Amino acid sequence: MRSPIKTVIGLVLTAVMLFPVYWMINVSFTRDQDMRADPPHLFPVDGTLEGYRAVLDQQLPYLGTSLLVGLGTVALTVVLAAPAGYALAKLRPVGGGALSFVLLIAQMIPGIIMAMGFYAIYLNLGVLNSIPGLILADSTIAVPFGVLIFTAFMSGIPDELTQAAVVDGAGRLRTFWSVVLPVSRNSIVTVSLFAFLWAWSDFIFASTLDGGGDHRPITLGIYQYIGNNNQQWNAIMATAVVASIPATILLIIAQRYVAAGVTAGAIKD
Amino acid sequence: MTLYLLAFYAYPLYRNIELSLRTYTVRSFVQGGAPFAGLDNYGKILSDPTFGPALLHTVVFTGASLAFQFTIGMALAVFFHQHFPLSGTLRALFLVPWLLPLIVSASTWSWMLNSEAGVVNAALGVVGVEPVNWLTSPQWSLVSVIIANVWIGIPFNLVVLYSGLQGIPGTLYEAASLDGATGWQRFWRITFPMLRPVSAITLLLGLIYTLKVFDIIWIMTRGGPTDSSTTFATWSYRLGFGNLLPAFGPGAAVGNLLIVMALIFGLIYIRIQRRQQA
Repeated sequence: MRSPIKTVIGLVLTAVMLFPVYWMINVSFTRDQDMRADPPHLFPVDGTLEGYRAVLDQQLPYLGTSLLVGLGTVALTVVLAAPAGYALAKLRPVGGGALSFVLLIAQMIPGIIMAMGFYAIYLNLGVLNSIPGLILADSTIAVPFGVLIFTAFMSGIPDELTQAAVVDGAGRLRTFWSVVLPVSRNSIVTVSLFAFLWAWSDFIFASTLDGGGDHRPITLGIYQYIGNNNQQWNAIMATAVVASIPATILLIIAQRYVAAGVTAGAIKD
Repeated sequence: MTLYLLAFYAYPLYRNIELSLRTYTVRSFVQGGAPFAGLDNYGKILSDPTFGPALLHTVVFTGASLAFQFTIGMALAVFFHQHFPLSGTLRALFLVPWLLPLIVSASTWSWMLNSEAGVVNAALGVVGVEPVNWLTSPQWSLVSVIIANVWIGIPFNLVVLYSGLQGIPGTLYEAASLDGATGWQRFWRITFPMLRPVSAITLLLGLIYTLKVFDIIWIMTRGGPTDSSTTFATWSYRLGFGNLLPAFGPGAAVGNLLIVMALIFGLIYIRIQRRQQA
């Protein structure tokens, strides 16, 4: 096959794969009275911004909460995972192997089980429906992944580099802060990206731990729309489009980090 | 061992022990005020009429999702490995379904599969197929959630298998071409055997992720109608949070069955990975 033909096939395959995404955007602009047209309109002719107006009117607080939870989760994850990764990679603590093992297993625990555990604890502590509680729960999705990424990356830092710092009189903390962290920038970006995305997309923790609070994240905003009897699909899909923005931005500006993160869990060089 | 080491090594460990305890506290929490129930919850679960269907659906959902995700992902990986103009950009676009929040994908599919106004039934109508009640009929609801889940899982398989393909030396293919091997032979004789380790890991990770799938099913069908798409994950959620009177004990029992299943495959995964590194 010649290259241009392959490109055409590739374009067709991509179009098929991304059709649901296109459909989401299309429906978000469709007027209520055209929603049940037969056949459905393939393009939003006579489009409307009603859906997006509903987002502006009703969903902004949810978006704010999601943003806050996402950023909080990123901060907490990096603060916990980066030093842990450093310790595992360079300081060779007793039981380090066992810890890596536990971290791998931790990634495999179904979210529903964690949600029940957190629910029981939060109920006792009275921190249900709070943003810090949700951040803490969301960080458990990302911390094991983060530690594994940091360990893998920091093992690759040459020992000469850290030893040189020690010779210059830097303590472990200073070595970590001034030498290890700056050269680990790429892995920090990768971990932050995924921590944010997972926290932003989380539904199971949000619905169990934050179902009745004043500050609910955007995933619950969409879920509530779906649960309404008069389902306004342009508003639902408009919210979905807005909720997809972070993923899209990440893909555009940080594509190589994303691909690195997907494969990092599965394959080690 | 410095204090620093202790703080930053012990804290995550402590955290993980705490987490592992947390999953356990479900039972201790529920039974804290209640009399010790032993294995009663497990007995209740096993004799529940939902158990059989839920087990069957979990197996079918996981098996079918994996088979399609892997096959399609593999085909796409081989296709994109040929490097043609735009292949890198298009491959990146394939990541989109995997990055979208699950609730976004699930609600989009819900509307696409809507019986009266969905675009899928409209397209089927064009080729003369009667409209299907995708989400509201017991015989199609499981198929619907599998379709959506396959769509979400393809990118992961594509990316991992693609990176595996990059590890196969090009000289192998050159030698095969000299020997007159066809494209099909090259795939079965070189690509497939060389990818076996990566494939094993992709499938196992896929298995562990798919067992956990909850959001998609819950949002699209809530496990219904009449349990026709209930898996262990949604059953556990419904027991714990879906009713006015939460049944945490049985819910946690189902969850713990699920975790045992995930752990068995998790241990196999770690074994395979260790063996490959050795």
